[in-house]
Amino acid sequence: MFIGLRKAARAAAVAALCGSVMSVPAMAKDVELTMYYPISVGGPLTKVIDDMVGEFQKENPGVKVNAIYAGNYDDTRIKALAALKSGQAAQLSVLFSIDAYELMEQDAILPFDDVVETDEDKAWLASFYPGLMENGVIDGKTWGIPFQRSTIVMYYNKDAFREVGLDPERPPQNWDEMVEMGKKLTKPDGSRWGVMIPSTGYAYWMFGALAKQNGEVLMSRDGKQVYYSNPGVVEALQFWRDLAVTHKVMPQGTIEWGTLRQNFLEGKTAMMWHSTGNLTAVKNDASFDFGVAMLPGNKEPGSPTGGGNFYIFKNTTPEERKAAMQLIKFMTAPERAAKWSIETGYMGVSPASYETEALKAYVKEFPPAAVARDQLQFATAELSTYETGRVRKLLDDAIQAVLTGSKQPKAALEEAQAQADRLLRSYR
Amino acid sequence: MTSSRLNQVYGWLLLLPAAVLLVAFTHYPTIRTLVDSTFSKSTATRPARFVGLDNYAMLLDDPVFWQVAVNNLIFALGTIPASIGLALVMALWVNGKLAGRGFLRLAYFTPTILPMVAVANIWLFFYTPGIGLIDQVLGLFGLPGRNWLGDSATVLPSLIVMTVWKEAGFFMIFYLAALQAIPPELKEAAMLEGAGRFTYLRRVLLPLLMPTTLFVLVNAVLNSFKLVDHLFILTKGGPNNASSLLLYYIYENAFSFFDTPYAATLTAVLLAVLALLAAGQFLILDKRVHYR
Repeated sequence: MFIGLRKAARAAAVAALCGSVMSVPAMAKDVELTMYYPISVGGPLTKVIDDMVGEFQKENPGVKVNAIYAGNYDDTRIKALAALKSGQAAQLSVLFSIDAYELMEQDAILPFDDVVETDEDKAWLASFYPGLMENGVIDGKTWGIPFQRSTIVMYYNKDAFREVGLDPERPPQNWDEMVEMGKKLTKPDGSRWGVMIPSTGYAYWMFGALAKQNGEVLMSRDGKQVYYSNPGVVEALQFWRDLAVTHKVMPQGTIEWGTLRQNFLEGKTAMMWHSTGNLTAVKNDASFDFGVAMLPGNKEPGSPTGGGNFYIFKNTTPEERKAAMQLIKFMTAPERAAKWSIETGYMGVSPASYETEALKAYVKEFPPAAVARDQLQFATAELSTYETGRVRKLLDDAIQAVLTGSKQPKAALEEAQAQADRLLRSYR
Repeated sequence: MTSSRLNQVYGWLLLLPAAVLLVAFTHYPTIRTLVDSTFSKSTATRPARFVGLDNYAMLLDDPVFWQVAVNNLIFALGTIPASIGLALVMALWVNGKLAGRGFLRLAYFTPTILPMVAVANIWLFFYTPGIGLIDQVLGLFGLPGRNWLGDSATVLPSLIVMTVWKEAGFFMIFYLAALQAIPPELKEAAMLEGAGRFTYLRRVLLPLLMPTTLFVLVNAVLNSFKLVDHLFILTKGGPNNASSLLLYYIYENAFSFFDTPYAATLTAVLLAVLALLAAGQFLILDKRVHYR
């Protein structure tokens, strides 16, 4: 038996050797790409990606793509970086648009300026909405290409608006109106609230909108400075707290990101602020007439952009980079961007995608699909700095401390500012 | 070579596979963690350098660390006695002769079979304000709902309740096995001597169950530091770190902040705490346990 085993092992070794020798010429022609991607909203989106990748492979027989779904944004970044560190191949990935500084610091990614060659490629780089490029352009170079991008929009229950005598076609335009309408929509027994703004998971993101609406941004463009303790920012946090405590149109405490859509679908809140990425899921599940509107402004309208960008990793061969570029171009081409937007609610990433027949027809039939695009002109970059994880967490903690009533807005934000300054000082 | 020498070599060779695995996956990482905790964070632009005990000084200065440590202590005190007590009561109950006993045992054991992440997803909807099961039940009695996970005062107790529910069934199985190994003559003898049921429980059953209790206790203590899966689903440590636990904080530092040295420092502290607890349990409690 042992002899038999040994023989078998030898045969296997020989076969493996032959196999590897024989497969060398094939390797030179075929390129294999591994791509990790995240999904952070509801709906069967992995299938959409698989379909798109399948189409790409049909058109490009020389390229094999392994698209690996890796959880939410954090999980995906961890898996992609772990794969890189352990020497496993990954040539490109969809990662959080705000991870750019961290990925640069880890020396993991390559600017697209190093990969594009032709004028056509350069024109392609300029074909996206500038608002969506903000988080990806650092030090004058483009590090990320927008793919699954969103802004925050306001979903509202038109039936509830009708019930209390509000015009369902006229959602609140500013903070005061939101409070006023919220008061009408809130039922005293707590069975329906006026508005819910989620404060777990992505509290800093929602807060970016409130700050922008109050005329403030949260960080400098070079990612080395935050403005947490600016008076306008403090005011914005005070307003968020007031919605629950003073105006009583929102429940007290933090509001869970993950269950908010369910709350809205069950009529527990008449308005919710959420990612456009949820649009198709809400559309499929809502049993009532709902509308989608731009977020109400205060000094100005505004929302941060959000979502995932394509990155190309540094540790790649020229052929792989070329193939990765092909794939990214394919995935972000107007027709695919249109399809992706229709299937998910994420935005079409270029003006051209809204000019495609498919998306034109869809927007005509379902106008909410264009709200995110229209809001883009008022959009600002999502919070992203050096040491971004910690700096972001400081803000998240400050927001949650205020919303749960354990700290005052000014004190909480000044504390967060001081700690963020300490973290960022060495980068200035 | 003498035969005893040969025997020794033989013995070591037999141990080798297990030893290699143990060294590779337990001892080496432990030592590496301790070494890493004395270096600064490494990035492409700034390589790591030796900083001695700086990371430990930073840890003592870190208010979040202290909050997380206190949270973990509360979590341990909340889950350990409750889950062990509940497990014992359930075991005594399903050990008796009653109809549908098998079904009841299965029912008690079910939470253990479910993965923690699935459990957390279910409980997320139990705790959801307004539409959650708990608030709906409260509503039936005209009581107001609460924002269970969104309030720093209720979030940790909410997690404790869920964990007790999840763990008690597992510990019950050990008690049940131990109870069935106790000879019925002991009960008859005790009854003949005129002992009541309570005296029998206190003087006979509980001492006989002590070895099981020690085992369960060790597991419960470990779990109170080891179980953090639910945090990813339920709270992400929030609001404002009110529900964060040590291991989750380590994860955050390592993977959200990419601060491996600080994560290593926290890990070293966690290891020290666990080592102390294990030593205490085995050196002190073990002496009081009666083995037959």
